[in-house]
Amino acid sequence: MWIKGGKVVDPVKGTVKQVDLLVENGKIAKMLPPDIFEDIGADLRIIDASNRVIVPGLIDMHVHLREPGHEYKETISTGARAAVAGGFTSLACMPNTLPPNDSRSVTEFILMQAERAGLAKVYPIAAITMGQKGEALTEFGDLRDAGAVGVSDDGFPVADSEVMRRALEYARYQGLTVISHCEDRHLSRGGVMHEGVVSTRTGLPGIPAAGEEIMVFREISLSKLTGCPVHIAHVSTAGSVELIRRARDEGVPVTAETAPHYFSLDHNAVKGYDTKAKMNPPLRTPDDVQAIKDGLARGIIDVIATDHAPHSNLEKDLEFDKAAFGIIGLETALPLTLDLVRQGILGLPEAIGKLSCNAYALLRIPRGRLIEGAQADLSIIDTECEYVLREEDIISKSKNSPFIGKTLKGRNDLTMVGGKVVWERDAAIGHQQSRQIA
Amino acid sequence: MRKFEHKDLLGISQLSVEDITLILNTAESLKEISSRDIKKVPTLRGKSVVNFFFEPSTRTRISFEMAAKRLSADTVSISALGSSTAKGETLIDTARNLQAMNPDLIVLRHSSSGAPHLLAREVKAGIINAGDGINEHPTQALLDLFTIREKKQKIEGLEVAIIGDISHSRVARSDILGLTKMGARVTVSGPPTMMPAEIEALGVEVVHDPIKAVKEKDVVMLLRIQLERQGKVLFPGLREYASCFGLNRDIIREAKSDVIIMHPGPINRGVEITSEVADGPYSVILDQVTNGVAVRMAILYLLMGGSKE
Repeated sequence: MWIKGGKVVDPVKGTVKQVDLLVENGKIAKMLPPDIFEDIGADLRIIDASNRVIVPGLIDMHVHLREPGHEYKETISTGARAAVAGGFTSLACMPNTLPPNDSRSVTEFILMQAERAGLAKVYPIAAITMGQKGEALTEFGDLRDAGAVGVSDDGFPVADSEVMRRALEYARYQGLTVISHCEDRHLSRGGVMHEGVVSTRTGLPGIPAAGEEIMVFREISLSKLTGCPVHIAHVSTAGSVELIRRARDEGVPVTAETAPHYFSLDHNAVKGYDTKAKMNPPLRTPDDVQAIKDGLARGIIDVIATDHAPHSNLEKDLEFDKAAFGIIGLETALPLTLDLVRQGILGLPEAIGKLSCNAYALLRIPRGRLIEGAQADLSIIDTECEYVLREEDIISKSKNSPFIGKTLKGRNDLTMVGGKVVWERDAAIGHQQSRQIA
Repeated sequence: MRKFEHKDLLGISQLSVEDITLILNTAESLKEISSRDIKKVPTLRGKSVVNFFFEPSTRTRISFEMAAKRLSADTVSISALGSSTAKGETLIDTARNLQAMNPDLIVLRHSSSGAPHLLAREVKAGIINAGDGINEHPTQALLDLFTIREKKQKIEGLEVAIIGDISHSRVARSDILGLTKMGARVTVSGPPTMMPAEIEALGVEVVHDPIKAVKEKDVVMLLRIQLERQGKVLFPGLREYASCFGLNRDIIREAKSDVIIMHPGPINRGVEITSEVADGPYSVILDQVTNGVAVRMAILYLLMGGSKE
């Protein structure tokens, strides 16, 4: 396969260059300057990527695929399809399934389902504790051997600080990344949105920023104590960004991610009681949004991950306080991240880095670089395409997105995983030849 | 002649000064009906009103029912316990079923903030918020405004203190919005544990000490302390609350000599208010209840397309 005329983004080198790619046997066989490669007349599919940007396969390191257990919301197959449609070639999925992923059998089941789907690569994040109960550690070694790349109790954060300390120590030895959803569940109890002027005006119980920051500080303290790395999930407050900045300045091995909604929306989105704007952590203030953007620009936040949380209308078409937390994100992450580039907050390679190499490195996954000899994981993006997101266009099984009806700019046209085209927008890309090798 | 340009009454937040004045003026002319021998006019004959109460309520529910009946509307009252909600039906489904029976108005009391807004999006009938979670209780605020105007002949420029759990009070929220819109100056008071975040943004002053808060006030409003809502951490107990924040005769002396004392009820005697104050000469607590019927008649009338000359 010959992908020609596109501009290739290399987030590691920080470059955007026009390069032609030759894909053979699932790998990037050759990368050549434009107009050098000539059609050798073989059965070669030519993909015209002119006016398009080619990015290394993106990874969303924080998704909920709901299988096993909640297949009516999403399955590994539907989630992976939404992922490749959105431009992602890899996913790391959280363990809060039913049963939770706290054992080899669940990890292997997830990998088997992902293999069957044959779309995006799926990397399970296993639970830190059995049943996500915060008590006994899961078998990190066995889980890693089965294919888990990290551990997290996600929405049921480990409350017992000693358990968390031991998890950090043991996980480093076993080569697993520890991801912490930072929430003091006593302080957030009963809350359904950010505590502030909007919660006061709407009469909705608040979740104070301190509920997140207390836990961020604890994780930083434990990381300092043990010398072990910790990754902070979905950072949403200015205070968290500042805590992480100071820790990094001191050399504490803490990394962080945020989700597109935390730099795209603020708590005003909740006015009118729209349950599609309900997630945990909640949308914060405009000042927090600014701090998240600054944190991304200054490299304090390493990764953009969506916290893709599919819920059906059974959980969302309810009174605000009764509705489930969470929104889907796989199909909107790319345009929302490209907004940061257009706002001048991130350069294009930097932005793509936060959706690719930074997260791959964190999870020790040897994919996601466009270099000769590497796995051909890539996406071809039309950064200029503007469209209104319609519910019927959403591929994920659940439609709980606050961006429905909004105008988005930037769209994925084609996704390739291991040299195989796994997703292609109809008629998006001019086909000069239809014969296909892959 | 002015018409009321709303399908629903979801909160004071949606109302303009003109809307509020229209409601109060309409209530004034309807109030007289309740003192007649035959307390009924045919104004809303053939209209149907559903009183849908997901939370226990005596005062508000009876008040709405009386208001509707005095205007000759047909009323049906259902509570969550007797409805299919108890069988697991969602609010939206219940609403759609109600809609299928074509009521003109639905009066909703619900424990979730925003529930009436959800209902209003789903059904054609007008929705009246009779209290949603800790958000708003607009008809209570309107009857409070009515009572204040009746006793003081004005609202603008009055000094009002609201004492109690401001955080968890839909009455407080609606009263704050209504009073500030109508030009009164509002001071809120109570323990810091019961003050919502950034409440000053609503245009009120916060004075925790009730003695200071009632100083030179024209109106003092108390809120019910609700043990069932407030759990155990917002204040140590009723005894402590009564001694630190309860309104007694000594504190009242700090207010203006013609102060009026208001309470949305039901009152906890000896907790937020002593009996001598509740039953005393300044108390207008029962006038509030009387006026509640007139104000709700006005709202039913205006929402069904009535106008006021």
